[in-house]
Amino acid sequence: MSKERKIRVVIAKPGLDSHDRGAKVVARALRDAGMEVIYTGLRQTPEQIVETAIQEDVDVIGLSILSGAHTTLFPKIMELLKKKRLTDVLVFAGGIIPEEDIPALKKIGIREVFGPGTTTSTLVEFVRKNAPKKRK
Amino acid sequence: MRGDKRSIARAISLVENNEPEAQKLMALLYPKTGKAYVVGITGPPGAGKSTLIEKLVKELRNRGKNVGVVAVDPTSPFTGGAFLGDRVRMQDLSVDPGVFIRSMATRNFPGGLAKATKDALRVLDASGKDVVIVETVGAGQSEVEVVKVAHTVVVVLAPGLGDDIQAIKAGQMEIGDIFVVNKADRENADKAVSDIEAMLELATEKAGWKPPVVKTSAFTGEGIAQLLEHSDQHRAYLRTGVLDERRRERVENELVDALRERITESILSDLRSKSEWKRLTRRILTRQTDPYTAADELLARRLKSKPKQIRKRKH
Repeated sequence: MSKERKIRVVIAKPGLDSHDRGAKVVARALRDAGMEVIYTGLRQTPEQIVETAIQEDVDVIGLSILSGAHTTLFPKIMELLKKKRLTDVLVFAGGIIPEEDIPALKKIGIREVFGPGTTTSTLVEFVRKNAPKKRK
Repeated sequence: MRGDKRSIARAISLVENNEPEAQKLMALLYPKTGKAYVVGITGPPGAGKSTLIEKLVKELRNRGKNVGVVAVDPTSPFTGGAFLGDRVRMQDLSVDPGVFIRSMATRNFPGGLAKATKDALRVLDASGKDVVIVETVGAGQSEVEVVKVAHTVVVVLAPGLGDDIQAIKAGQMEIGDIFVVNKADRENADKAVSDIEAMLELATEKAGWKPPVVKTSAFTGEGIAQLLEHSDQHRAYLRTGVLDERRRERVENELVDALRERITESILSDLRSKSEWKRLTRRILTRQTDPYTAADELLARRLKSKPKQIRKRKH
């Protein structure tokens, strides 16, 4: 009986915004799709997020942010990930992120940015398709 | 082995996924294990285990100990996924270099939970952690199994969790070395303590150890030092020889489990490849025979063929 490797995802909320209903919806959707989802809770610093990703040996990181602080926090997170050699982890973001900021985010390695109104099935499909197949 | 967090994390993933290198790794690590003190923390959901663990870890860190935490949560039998939310209560600890926290899902393996979690604990042990805490929801048989790998089992309850003390499953009463009534600030906390103490009076004493009942408030930090003191006492009690007996029993059980796995693996795959398998399956489907009679037949044929092989080899 072949055992399909479970996709492990961290859903993190960097910064100071305190609304996590969206993040929890995403977390539940991914869980219902058969993934193991580690939810970090609110007000995470980049260091906390990256440490969690390391210890939990995750395949995917989902960043949820509503406060507009993505321009400062996301580059910090991506830099730390690079520093810690977590370059094969899939990173995506969601929340309130203005369209014009998206190209810059993609440039630093955030594969996709999902706005409010994205269906959970789109998200699940994306993660399934793009999660790294095998960890080194 | 390298003690950096990435290596530890990767090692745990290896054993969790039971990848081919896993056994090699465990064989390498096994001799380095046995130094960490393993505390199992179980209890109904909502009792405040994770918050309590956070306080315990902080106190242990104050005392200069390195700590590993394995938090186990159930895998959905329908979707195969899991929501691992215990870390939420331990956020401050993520960046502490002396703490390693890993969330694991039960993954619904028959008996697999115990093995993967045991191996994860061993990885943390071998990496030099002084204390390893494993947290499970004490709801099912397999969670009780995991907790048995601990030196000290702490059962955490909270007053007013619906059905009160009557809700304690028989298994939990028997496996607890220390009982904690968390959320001590609640008004029925004292009653909960006396209810548990009454139940413990009726339970058989574990040869010289009387499980204490501690009141804690993970929120205020009340009772944490007391809890640690009781666990120190339990550790001392174990050192009086009880530990060796338990350890031997545990090791024998593990050997039996390992053998069982090997035997089943090899014999089953062999039997499956025989034409007899298909024939007997058909007979079971048409109700001409039953699974157990068929199993006996398969095994009898196998045993019959064995002596021939041995005779052949002797030549």
